[in-house]
Amino acid sequence: MTITIPELSLVVLVGATSSGKSSFARKHFLPTEVISSDACRAMVADDENALDVNQPAFAVMHAVASARLGLRRLAVIDATNVQKEARRPLVELARDNDVLAVAIVFDLQESVLQQRSRERPDRNLGPHVVRNQIFQLHRSARDLQREGFRYVTILRSQEEVDAAVVERQRLWTDRRDWHGPFDVIGDVHGCHEELVALLGRLGYQPADGGYSHPEGRKVIFLGDLVDRGPSTPGVLRTVMAMTRTGSALCVPGNHDIKLMRALQGRQVTVSHGLAESLAQLEAEPFEFRQEVASFIDTLVSHLVLDDGRLVVAHAGMAERLQGRASRRVREFALYGETTGETDEFGLPVRYNWAADYRGAAMVVYGHTPVPAAEWLNNTICIDTGCVFGGRLTALRYPERELVEVPAARMYYQPTRPLSAAQAPSERDSLALYAADVLGRRTITTRLVGNVTIPDENAAAALEAVSRFAVDPRWIVYLPPTMSPPATTANEGLLEHPAEAFDYFRRGGVEQVVCQEKHMGSRAVAIAGRDPGAIERRFHIASDAGGIVYTRTGRRFFADRAFEAAVLERLRNALDRAGLWDELASDWAALDMEVMPWSVKAGELLVSQYSAVASAAEQAFAAALPALDAARARGVDVGDLADRTQARARLISGYRDAYRRYCWDVKSVDDLRIAPFHLLASGAVVHADRDHVWHMATLARLASDADSVIVATAHASVDLTDPVSERTAIRWWEDLVQRGAEGMVVKPLPFVATGRRGLLQPAVKCRGPEYLRIIYGPEYTLPANLSRLRERSLGLKRSLAVREFALGIEALERFVRSEGLHRVHECVFGILALESEPVDPRL
Amino acid sequence: MFLTVTTTHLPATDLGFLLHKNPARVNTFDVFGGVAHVFYPEATAERCTVALLLEIDPIDLVRRRGRGSRTPAAGGVDHYVNDRPYAATSLLSVALGKAFASARSGRSTDRPELAAQAIPLEATIAALPSEGGKDLVHRLFEPLGYTVDVASELLDSSFPAWGLSRYHRTTLRGTLRLADLLTHLTVLIPALDGEKHYWVGDAEVDKLLQRAGEWLGTHPERELIVRRYLRDQRGLTREALRRLTEEDDIDPEARVNRGDALEAGLERPLNLNQQRLQAVVETIRQAGASTVADLGCGEGHLIELLLADPRFTRILGVDVSVRALERAARKLHLNSLAPRQRERLSLVHGSLTYRDERLTGWDAAVAVEVIEHLDLDRLEAFSASVLGHARPSTVVVTTPNAEYNQLFPTLGPRRTRHPDHRFEWTRSEFHAWAESAASRFGYSVSFRPIGDADDRLGPPTQMAVFQR
Repeated sequence: MTITIPELSLVVLVGATSSGKSSFARKHFLPTEVISSDACRAMVADDENALDVNQPAFAVMHAVASARLGLRRLAVIDATNVQKEARRPLVELARDNDVLAVAIVFDLQESVLQQRSRERPDRNLGPHVVRNQIFQLHRSARDLQREGFRYVTILRSQEEVDAAVVERQRLWTDRRDWHGPFDVIGDVHGCHEELVALLGRLGYQPADGGYSHPEGRKVIFLGDLVDRGPSTPGVLRTVMAMTRTGSALCVPGNHDIKLMRALQGRQVTVSHGLAESLAQLEAEPFEFRQEVASFIDTLVSHLVLDDGRLVVAHAGMAERLQGRASRRVREFALYGETTGETDEFGLPVRYNWAADYRGAAMVVYGHTPVPAAEWLNNTICIDTGCVFGGRLTALRYPERELVEVPAARMYYQPTRPLSAAQAPSERDSLALYAADVLGRRTITTRLVGNVTIPDENAAAALEAVSRFAVDPRWIVYLPPTMSPPATTANEGLLEHPAEAFDYFRRGGVEQVVCQEKHMGSRAVAIAGRDPGAIERRFHIASDAGGIVYTRTGRRFFADRAFEAAVLERLRNALDRAGLWDELASDWAALDMEVMPWSVKAGELLVSQYSAVASAAEQAFAAALPALDAARARGVDVGDLADRTQARARLISGYRDAYRRYCWDVKSVDDLRIAPFHLLASGAVVHADRDHVWHMATLARLASDADSVIVATAHASVDLTDPVSERTAIRWWEDLVQRGAEGMVVKPLPFVATGRRGLLQPAVKCRGPEYLRIIYGPEYTLPANLSRLRERSLGLKRSLAVREFALGIEALERFVRSEGLHRVHECVFGILALESEPVDPRL
Repeated sequence: MFLTVTTTHLPATDLGFLLHKNPARVNTFDVFGGVAHVFYPEATAERCTVALLLEIDPIDLVRRRGRGSRTPAAGGVDHYVNDRPYAATSLLSVALGKAFASARSGRSTDRPELAAQAIPLEATIAALPSEGGKDLVHRLFEPLGYTVDVASELLDSSFPAWGLSRYHRTTLRGTLRLADLLTHLTVLIPALDGEKHYWVGDAEVDKLLQRAGEWLGTHPERELIVRRYLRDQRGLTREALRRLTEEDDIDPEARVNRGDALEAGLERPLNLNQQRLQAVVETIRQAGASTVADLGCGEGHLIELLLADPRFTRILGVDVSVRALERAARKLHLNSLAPRQRERLSLVHGSLTYRDERLTGWDAAVAVEVIEHLDLDRLEAFSASVLGHARPSTVVVTTPNAEYNQLFPTLGPRRTRHPDHRFEWTRSEFHAWAESAASRFGYSVSFRPIGDADDRLGPPTQMAVFQR
């Protein structure tokens, strides 16, 4: 006998003690799939026969089974299960996990069991126990199907037990091995004319009474083929022909199911356009109606396709129900989730499951007419209300392209105007959950694969984001940290371009771009062509038409009017340069430096940088004359006086170093803004453009008309050419001589991969005078410098790469409209990584 | 780091005998953080000056510190750019003790009678930090009999807008024993700086009392000096102040009990915070809530009150700061609560701008003085998370009433009560926000005053009670 069970199910073995359940389980299932009551008793109380610990032992049994089913793993319950009361919690457990319950009953002759029981050395239960169990089994096991077991097998002899073969069957919904490509079509509702037009636009050609695609694409119909529209039979004929020939798949809609029930002669309320369908079908032959009913009957609630990357269902499918089987799954597939309330039109208020959707699989569904198909957390509703005079929409998968044909006319008056329909748009995905960011998390990035965020770092980031960051909708990117090169051997210096060039050369990079490193504050600007563009892209009403935020996601300019003025300059510059049209975008994200440093660092300058200079100057101003006086008296002050004099000179170098980066800012005109990455615009992240393109494109923003936006001095260097490299080194020497902070060396491509993975996106090479601000005024004294040379770059570099990967990932998810939580987890991850303690001087 | 001491007591060169340092030489020795040099810029019979010059190794200082410290503070000792090598701080105080140990204790081998004698002395300290400005320097030294001369200068002459430097060239003149001058400097220099280079522990209390017991007890600024010398460690401060007043009681066994008694003695008449907490508890009692979420629980002041009332069967404390939660757990003795008490309480780390399943299913939620710590444009996320998602039957929100601020004499115009307050609302602003949020999320809202209300300006704190 072959016992067929769904590969994901709860298998309950039922039979009196000694009926051979455990041996059977050992023979047909993995040891880890079997949860036996004996083992659970032993686990909790060291004795598998201790019946007085049944309660905790069964709790363990249920918990393990539930955990396995939650993880989509088969579970086999090996216990007597002869009483209905014992089986009920197991049926509930299966139902709660949306899997089918299977019963395999061992109904052997009592004499056989009694004999086996007597021969068991470990357990002496007495004949009445076995008899009693058999009695209970016979009394209750007749109704196993009604108890909720979908598959029931009864084995009546040892021979049957021995002959049994267990065959695992894939779930009907499991079509992971079908990879498409697909064209998913929303609710057709009898709109045959539009369906034919749409299939034509998708490239399908008439074949065998239906349509087929020359490239072998398949249509997936999302159900609600019928009702309301002018040609339900035409639609059904086409769909049935296509599914027959394998050109189409179909999932059922609630209207289809109701029609089926009506055709099967069952009692249904004829409303919502069913009347039209029935009238139209009256004109068809009886056989056709029969065929329709059995076609609908074969449809499976939802389908999991393409290795689990795509899920289709009429009304959508929550993540925890995908690929499972239960009444709840079927109801969800047909009706979605409702709150139990009704709206002002008397229609059920739908719980927007898609707003909370966090699954990895794309879910394509229909059921609720929306004015336009919009992505929401990797789900999309493509019922654009064709029968109500909207459009019939198809989603091309995996291309994610929408193809639409307008309805020829309004065939049916909607209860609620189509425009009033609440599109579950991105707006609903703006809700972030603590669970989206807290705890140890793994974020999958295109550039470096998985990035793990430890939970204590996430905790630190939660505080930073919650207390200081701007609205998360704005934060589509945060810049990565930047590492210096290895410490140089050059005397009197810590950093030198040669080591940066060396790093990239060893990584296999031949061309680098050197850019002047501006000494200001890093900022990200989001600029919209107009406030409407920001509203559309970011779903934020912003009078300023954008924002400028810091590298930790805080608002850069506290004064909103000032911010608006800065954004206006950027917008005008983008206008003048003609970049909006060239990029075919109405928004852009820029990575840039805002100067002077004192704009953002005012507090630090007062409390730290100038304070140190002030204290030092006072100390030396008093000490130097005293030393002179002592020497004049004839005291041998040794080299103390000279040394003190030298230190005093370093202080004035230090003063000069920070003063260069400070000036008063009374209006926007006093600012200097240097954009260096055009991060993203339209639906594109410009990580595929090299740094020469970024420099050249952004240089066009600088103009005589406005001195605020400045181009960044830069030079391309050929690392295979020593002359080119020497020229670049001289350029750096010249830059730092003139008081620049230094330069940034970037590989020519925005994303550069070396032999050992992703390379640093940029390496900074700071000038010796600037470094006084970092390593202290006196760091250049030989005794100090020699101790500072030892720097460990490993962690800093590893963070830079991970943060860079997360930043690009955030942008890519944003332009793909993947939903706020998907973007936010990446930028949140960057902040979390930034809480890692790293030498702050690097 | 530089300090001079001058005397005009004849013969002035006796200063060398008092200090046990030869005026003809530079004396160099190791001190904490670097090297100290003692030399005499002038040494005549009429006038003799000794100088103490410290060469602090900034790198060593950071690295020493780096091993024990975990939180790098900008400009603190963890940063290479810091004032420690230059300003007169506890490093100078320690070096002073090492250089002039016997002089400070009043001993002199060659001039014992001079050591015991008040003589004209002048001390000049370069770069003496004083966060409280010149005024604080005067307040600390003048009660000890000095004529004080404090010079201020600009922080940076190129940027006058940055204001005055907090470092002062300070000269103290007085007639007193050298030992007293040195002791005053040892205690008051670190007190002015308020930041110590070494860990402040129990031993510091003893050290302070041993040094300054005599004169500190009667100094008008003794509380400030003790607090700053001990770097704002409240427990230590209290202990030191107590011991200043009752020197005889040093039984360590009695210490714990005494701490509790001190605590009780410090109970003041109800302050505003307690009034606020009690009003909130009363409100949720009236609402009949038995499970309560304290949103932004901080160190758990409200939770303490809630735990005391058995009608609250489950209490949740949420805060965005892990450190605050750790303090709350300590303060509430979370790990040693009796099982039934422990079951009532959970503390979780979370944010009110994120929706959170852990916040659903509570009868009441309270946010005491929380919303003003959020940026105005993030309040939307707060309302959506608390009123829209968590949806308890009762939500209590309190916030300062900005109108009342003018009754705080020390609070300048356009200032908020707390530097982290992103806004403070008038009554009508608060009402407008609360009413709009209530109607959006299906709540009704009423308002209650907290604290003694001013006829015109209203109460110091305002409370909104949302119900559904």
